[in-house]
Formats: sequence, C-alpha cells, structure tokens
Amino acid sequence: MSEHLPALLVVVPLILAPVAALSNRPRAAFAAAFAGCWWALYASLALLTRVRSEGVISYALGGWAPPYGIELRLDLVNAFVAVTVATIGAVVIPYAWTSVKKEITEDRIPLFYTAFLLMLSGLLGITVTGDVFNVFVFLEISSLSAYSMIALGQDRRALTATFQYLIMGSVGATFIVIGIGFMYVMTGTLNMADLAERLPAVMDNRTIPVAFTFLTVGITLKLALFPLHLWLPNAYTYAPSAVTAFMASTATKVSVYLLLRFFFTIFGFAFAFGQMRLNMVLMPLSLVAILAMSLVAIYEINVKRLLAFSSVAQIGYMVLGISFGSVLGVTAGLLHIFNHALMKGALFMAMGCVMYRVGSVQLSKMAGLGKKMPWTMAAFVGGGLSLIGVPLTVGFISKWYLVQAALEQGNWLVAGLVMIGSLMALVYIWKVVEVAYFQEADSDVEIREAPLSLLIPTWVLVIASFWFGIDASTTAQVATDAAELLLRGGS
Amino acid sequence: MTSLPPFVLFFVGALVVALTKGAVRKAVVLGVPLVGLGSLWMGAGQDVAASGPQLLYQLELIGYTLTPFRADKLSLLFGYLFHIAAFLGFVYALHLGDGAPDGSVAEDVGEDDVVGNGTATLQHVAAMLYAGSALGAVFAGDFITLFVFWELLAITSVFLIWARDSERSYATGFRYLIIHVVSGVLLLSAALMIAHRTGSIEFGAVPLQGAAGWILLLSFGIKAGFPLVHNWITEAYPESTPTGTVFLSAFTTKVAVYALARSFAGADPLIYIGTAMTFFPIFYAVLENDLRRVLGYSMINQIGFMVAGIGIGTAMAVNGAVAHAFADVIFKGLLFMSMGAVMTMTGRTKGTDLGGLYKTMPITATLCIFGAAAISAFPLFSAFVTKSMIMVAAVDEHHYIVWLFMLFASAGVLEHAGIKIPYFAFFAHDSGIRTKEPPKNMLVAMSIGAVLCVLIGVFPGQLYALLPFEMDYHPYDTYHVVTQMQLLVFGALGFITLVKSGIYPDEKRAVHIDAEVLYRRLGPWLVRTVGGAVARVDAAVRASVMGVVGSVLGAADRSHGQMGPLARSWPSGSMVLWVAILLAAYLLFYLWEFGL
Repeated sequence: MSEHLPALLVVVPLILAPVAALSNRPRAAFAAAFAGCWWALYASLALLTRVRSEGVISYALGGWAPPYGIELRLDLVNAFVAVTVATIGAVVIPYAWTSVKKEITEDRIPLFYTAFLLMLSGLLGITVTGDVFNVFVFLEISSLSAYSMIALGQDRRALTATFQYLIMGSVGATFIVIGIGFMYVMTGTLNMADLAERLPAVMDNRTIPVAFTFLTVGITLKLALFPLHLWLPNAYTYAPSAVTAFMASTATKVSVYLLLRFFFTIFGFAFAFGQMRLNMVLMPLSLVAILAMSLVAIYEINVKRLLAFSSVAQIGYMVLGISFGSVLGVTAGLLHIFNHALMKGALFMAMGCVMYRVGSVQLSKMAGLGKKMPWTMAAFVGGGLSLIGVPLTVGFISKWYLVQAALEQGNWLVAGLVMIGSLMALVYIWKVVEVAYFQEADSDVEIREAPLSLLIPTWVLVIASFWFGIDASTTAQVATDAAELLLRGGS
Repeated sequence: MTSLPPFVLFFVGALVVALTKGAVRKAVVLGVPLVGLGSLWMGAGQDVAASGPQLLYQLELIGYTLTPFRADKLSLLFGYLFHIAAFLGFVYALHLGDGAPDGSVAEDVGEDDVVGNGTATLQHVAAMLYAGSALGAVFAGDFITLFVFWELLAITSVFLIWARDSERSYATGFRYLIIHVVSGVLLLSAALMIAHRTGSIEFGAVPLQGAAGWILLLSFGIKAGFPLVHNWITEAYPESTPTGTVFLSAFTTKVAVYALARSFAGADPLIYIGTAMTFFPIFYAVLENDLRRVLGYSMINQIGFMVAGIGIGTAMAVNGAVAHAFADVIFKGLLFMSMGAVMTMTGRTKGTDLGGLYKTMPITATLCIFGAAAISAFPLFSAFVTKSMIMVAAVDEHHYIVWLFMLFASAGVLEHAGIKIPYFAFFAHDSGIRTKEPPKNMLVAMSIGAVLCVLIGVFPGQLYALLPFEMDYHPYDTYHVVTQMQLLVFGALGFITLVKSGIYPDEKRAVHIDAEVLYRRLGPWLVRTVGGAVARVDAAVRASVMGVVGSVLGAADRSHGQMGPLARSWPSGSMVLWVAILLAAYLLFYLWEFGL
C-alpha cells in the first residue's frame, strides 16, 4: 500500500466525502470527516518522512507514465505544505463537532462535513500533483466546497460574502487556467517537470509573458495579495468559526505554494526573477499589504474581521520572504506558511469559542471575558504573542528569518518595515486584550468558559506555536532544504 | 554548586503571592528576595569567585546560543543589588491590603491628590514579576533573552502605575508602556543586525559604529533616561502608588545602566550624554513643586553620573558607575520611601501643600535627612564613596570641563534633593497638617535603607570588593573630604543664612533663585532664562511632534478606519475592476521587462 500513499492521501478523503453525504446523519458524517482528516495527517507525515530520507517521490496515476499520464510528485516543498494542511485539518475537525452544532442547522451538518472533506482533498490534491491542469481541477474542488461552507454561516451577510468570493475565486481560477492554456499551446505538455524542461526553448515568444501575467494575477488573487484581497475579509468574518479556522490556515497557504511552484519550478528562478523581475511586483505589494492591512486591523472592531485583515498582512510576510529570491527569504516564506497556520488557526479557534458562548465577536461584547473565559482568552493571548513575533513563539522564528533575509541584501528599509509591522500587530492584539482583561463585564450576562471539546484543539495549536518556536530545528531545516531545492530550479 | 536562574524564584513567588493571603503572603514576599539573595551568594557567587564567569542553562535556538543565566562579577553585583532593593520594597509595601494606615489624613484632601492604594494583590504580583524581570535582564547572556526581559520589565512595571487607579495614571501608564515597548523593538532590531553581522547574539561589548551600535545605544538610552527621551521617568514615577514608585525607581533605569556598562563601556559619546544628564534636570527640579517629581529629575541627574562614568570607560570609572548605581538604588529608594510615607499619611506630595511635618513625623523626617545626606554625597554617606570615583576618573582622563560640569551638578543635587526635599516636606512653613508616623513596616524599610547608606559610606571596602574591576582607591583622603565639604558647607551655609534672615516670602521661588545665587553665583535671571529657554524649546519640539502625529493618525483613520476605503466592504464590480486594472498593469510591466 505504501507505494500508493501519494494517491491515497488525496483519494481517501475524496471517497469519504460522498460517504458523509449519503449517510445523512451528523454523527456518521463526522466520523467520516474525522477519519479522512487523520488519515491525511498520517499519510502526509509518512510521505514527508520518506521524502526527507529518499528524495523526490514520483507516482504515475493509473500506471500511465509521465509526461503523458498524470503524475503525483512529492518533494520537500509540497510534502511540507501537505503536512501543514493535514495538521490543521486534523486539529480543526474535532473542534468542528461542537462548534458546528451550534452554528449550523442540523440538517445541513452532514453536508458541511462533506464539503470539509472535499476541500481537504482539493487542497491536498493541489499540493501533491505534478500536473498543472490537475492543479486547476483540484483548485476548483477546494474553492467550490469552500464557497458552500462559507454560505452555511449564520449571518445573512455570509451569502453576499460567498457570492463575492465565488466571483473573485472564479476569476482567479479562470486566469490560472488561461495561463496554463497558453503554456500548453506553446509546449504541448501539462506535466510540471516537462514544462520546466520545454519552456526555455520558447521563452522568447511573447505568449509566455502573457501566460506569466495571467498566472501572476490568478495566483495572487487566490492567495489574497493586496489589492486582490478584497474577497477575503468578509468571507472569513461570516463563515462558521470552524471553517474560518481551517480556511485561514490552509487555503491561502496552498496558493502561496502554487506561487512557488509555478514561478520557481516551472518558469524557473532565472526567468521569473531575472528576466521578468517578479520581485519588483511582489515586494512593494507585500509591503503595502503588511502596513496597510495591519493598520486597518488596528481600527477594526469585529475581532474575526480584525484577524482576517491581519491574515492579509501575514500573507504579505510570506510573499515578502519569497520576493527576496534568496534561500533565506524563501525559507522565511515557507516557515511562515507553517507558523502562521498554527497561530492564526489558534486565534480563529479562540474566537470560535467566544462565538460559542457569547454569540458575537464584536469587540464591545468581549469586555471582561478574561475573567469569564480565562482559558479561551489565554489562548488568544498565546496566539497573539506569536502574531507579534515574541521570542519563543513561532512568529519570532519567521520574523527572524525574514529580517535576516532583508539584512542579507542590505535592505534596511524592509527590515525596519517588518519591525514596524510587528509593532502594529502588538497594537491590534493589545486592543483585544485590553477590552477582555481591563474592562468590566456586563454583570447581568452569564457567560461560562467554552467546553473542553473546543478548548483542547485550540490549545493544541497554541502549544504547538510555542513548541515550534522553542525547538525550531526541524521546521527550519525542512524549510531551508525546501528553499534550496526551489532555488536550484529543479525538483 | 550552581543555582537556578534568579528570575525563576521570583516568577514562582509571584504565582504563590497571587494565590495566598495574609501572613503567608507576607512571609512569601519577604522570603523570596532573602532566599534568592542567599542562594545567589552561596551558589553562583561562590562559583564565580572560584572559577570565573559562568554560562549556565545554555540552549540552542535556530543556530544561536541562548544563555539565560550568565554570572560574572558585573551581573552578580546588580543581582545582589536587585535582591536587596526588592526586599526593601516589599518591607515597605508590607502593609498593603491591611486598610488605610492609622492616623492618615488622606480623606480631607482635594480630589486630585487622593491616594489610590490600588489592590494589594495586583501590586505585589506586579512588583514580584518586575523584580524577577530585572534579574532576568541582568543575568541574560544574549540579546534575545535580554529582549524578552526588557519587554517584561515594561509590561510588569506598568501595573504599578495603573494600580493608582485614576484616569491620569492610566494614560500615563500607557505612554510609559509605549515608550518602553519601542525601546524593546529597537533592541531587537539591533540584535538582528548584530546577529547578521557577527553570527552571534552574545550580549557583550558592541562597537559604536554602524546602525546596529547606535540603535542599541538608543534602546538602552530610552530606558536610562537620556536627554529628550527622559520624560517617561518624571512623568510616570510621580503617578505611581507610594509603594510602587519605590520599585520603579530601583529597577528599570539600573538595568539600563547595567546594559550600557556591558555593551558600551568606554564609548566617548556617553561622557557628554551623561554630563548633560547630570545638569539639565537641575533646572527642572528647582521649578518643580511635586516632590516625587523632583526626585524623578534627581534620578536622571544621578544616572548621568553613572552614564558619564561608563563613557570614560577606565576600570575606576566603570567601577564608580556601577558602585554609584548600587548606592543610588538605596538612597534614592530611601528618599522615595520617605516621600511615599508622607503621601500615604497626608495624601499630598506638593511642596506648597506640605511643611512642618517634623512635629508629627520626626522619625520619617530624620530618615529622609539620612537619604538627603547620602544623595548629596556627605562624607561617611554612600554617594561620597561612589560618586567620587567617577569624578576622579574624569580628572585622571583629563576631562576637566566634564569634571567642572559634574561639580556644578553635585551642588545642584544638594539644592534640589539634599535640601529641598526634606525642607519642604518636614520644615518650612507649617502647613497645619497633623498626622502620625507611617506604619511600622515603612519605618523599618526606611531604617534599613538609612543604615545601608551609612554602612556603605563608612565601610566602602565591602562594596569595592564586589566591583567588577581591580583597582586601588581610597575615598577618605584629605583632598576629597575637603573639596566635598567646601562644596556642601558653603551651599548649606547659604541656605541657612537665607532662612534666618527670612528673605524668601514664597518658598518655591525664593529657594531656587537664592540658592542658585549663593552657590553658583548665577543671577536668578540666568536660571529663569536658561530653564525657561530649555522648557520652551522642549515644549515647541513636543508640540510640533504631537501635531505631526495627530495629522498622521487623522489621515490613517480616514483611509483605514471603519469606513475608510481600505477597510470597508467593496461591491463585487469594483473588486473585479481591480483585477482588470492589475492584469493590465502586470501585462504592461512584464511585456516591458520582456522587451515588448
């Protein structure tokens, strides 16, 4: 079985999805989703271990040899991303059971788990596939299931948010498929490795920069790089809590992976950064994302929306790292994919706990919560410390690499701006802390601590965000190796 | 025998304090500093004496070495000092939670001056964590650990300001917090640059060149109260509770002095910065009416001597700086304690509201005079044996002008701290306030402080043995004693003459003018002009900076606030329009890069 693991990683959750739908009972659907998520975690960890010891895994789907058949291809980069996605899935799913019961009407719960499984398999599919058209297919699977999950939100505004995300997501996916189409026209192949080999021969054709353009816009839209982030805040705000926690920690991260895969592996570092000077586009946009979106977060009074804007800023950090086009920079970007998934997952899950007990995440409703929900708010502070980048948290590790990457290129300005971004994170996290801990609560409202079934998964992520902040050797090593792999251009 | 990092005991202690009450809590707050001091002395202290500097509990973080506990003579000296300061502070604050002290007259004073006692638990826990953070910082062997404790110092101490529980203390505490967090971020920035350049994050000497060195200096400087970034001291200290200020005055600035001694010993700019710090606060101190704020200015003035000593950088000068830090914590603590006692009992700290308290608080008055004598560097008191080392080092290194300024500043100390504080609080005109001596624990803490001031002054050898560098120095030779006595006696004589002849109708104005005339032979107009000019420039700079900040915030609110274009929800059409615009822009850019 183990040689089929790359396929099974995606296929098992994919098959469990209809099982969940057909069972039509919340408990059975949950069991299917739970099994799918933990299977994915096991499989992705096993694959990462194998990639680390044996190198690249190539799996020919259905026995059709690449480049004619569809190839699943795992190297350090996507194995790392797959583990990130699967980890978050495995932590969020037990959390979802309690959270969803409160936020979604019962008859739709089986559909929720179906969509969750579909989204998971879609994201994993994008990650492991070695075929660009396959990327598009899985992208649509994950996006469509994401739209349906957001639409399950209690707030009626969830529907408009979904609709806007649908439009924007489809535009992005279309752009990506147009880019892929142009490349196919020029080279006659859809296999990533094959494309990387054949593209140099046709690089002087004007079609290639056009394909490059469509891909840039499509992918940066999907990963919500400023100013194409406009779909994100409302989608995250009005989605059910478990969905927000899962999406915020995985969907945009996978898109960041796509950015790396397309521009480093397929087009190659030399073309993307040398000739097209991608960094000239990515760096200013990511800096604006960091500063402007952090500033918006400072003024925001809905905490979920605040965290959503903070996510756009954090995506800025990832893209900023990548835009340095150096091993250190890409390492910082990759590390932040994993690290941000941990911290933002924890933060959104803490907000899910608040939603569960208080029924709102407006800042004004959170007065005195530090006393009434001590564990929830402590988790928020823990995740917040990471977001700020305090030493001994994962956030510190990411920022450290990022600033080192900036200093390596003598880019003092960027290093300074990263520090300012951290200060701004301090302000918007403090804003919540201040209300929760220093304002008196309304005494007439009875609020208890969130149930353990919500707290335990939340704290797993909080503890992980400290654990990997103290012992960063494994993650840093994997990320550095992956970055070197990407910059060598091959896989 | 090795010991745990000293901060651990305090952090655990804070937890215990939070969970206990009454006698148990009192035992814990007194026990922690004593046990800590004992174990530090017997453990790391003996190890260092036997086998030199110790690097303990090291661990790896992404290729860098963290050293949470570095013990050498310099860090140990501050370690002992902070244990002593914590002990004194807790003795002084022991009555918290027992209700208002017997005989206090706080009820009948104006709203503005009502003493907020805060909650005892909050203050004890915050003070315990604060002392622990200070210990963590001085024993940090690398910049990351230092950064962590640097920020913890700010976060824990701000609660001592907020414990006053007034609108104003809240706002003040916030500004205090922001300033210190910025200082921490600067520290981290500098650490990143140093790590990038040298590949090591060891907290050691840093050359004052390139951005890293200067940013680090600024970071330390903010905490040390360098000119123009000193305002947090004079703003925050008077806003804290009577007991909180005692803690505040002991730790933050001394950690900064330690950090400067560690990284910038011998850096020339420090000589001039330190000298400026010794004399500019004098102008403010003579104009100031709130006696605790006067002590805040006096604190900057004393730190100035230390900074200048560190800048001179010889073994004698650095020894003098750290020894003076040691003495300063105790005598400044004693002065803050005596003013805190006055405040606890009367609810007032303004010079014009007080006076004549010696009739009802004779012990406090006497102890305050001990502190005043110590800060004025009377022979047989602590500052005499410590400050003189810095002055001698300045002469040895031919910094004559610096020496002259320091001499002027020393006279200023006598006026604004040595005479003004006890005189206005306990003597001068009788304010009619009749109260009692403060609670016993306060008297005990002040007495210990006073005894230490004298012990250090009389037996300096014990302190000298703890200093980081070898030296041969004897403070009690004819030259030193005579010079200092001339300075002091003529200053005091002038003051007495004025009192006896009854020249000053309004004490506040008279003292600062007349005393200046006497011992500096400067016309009162000069003090007013210089002081006024400094204040005006200061106010103008601050007003313009605040204006810029205000307009920037306004603009940010308009664009990023709730309904600003960057924050509001957009219609789908506009979103797609953005996509189209970006597509076009990218196409143009890429085709241009491609060579069309």
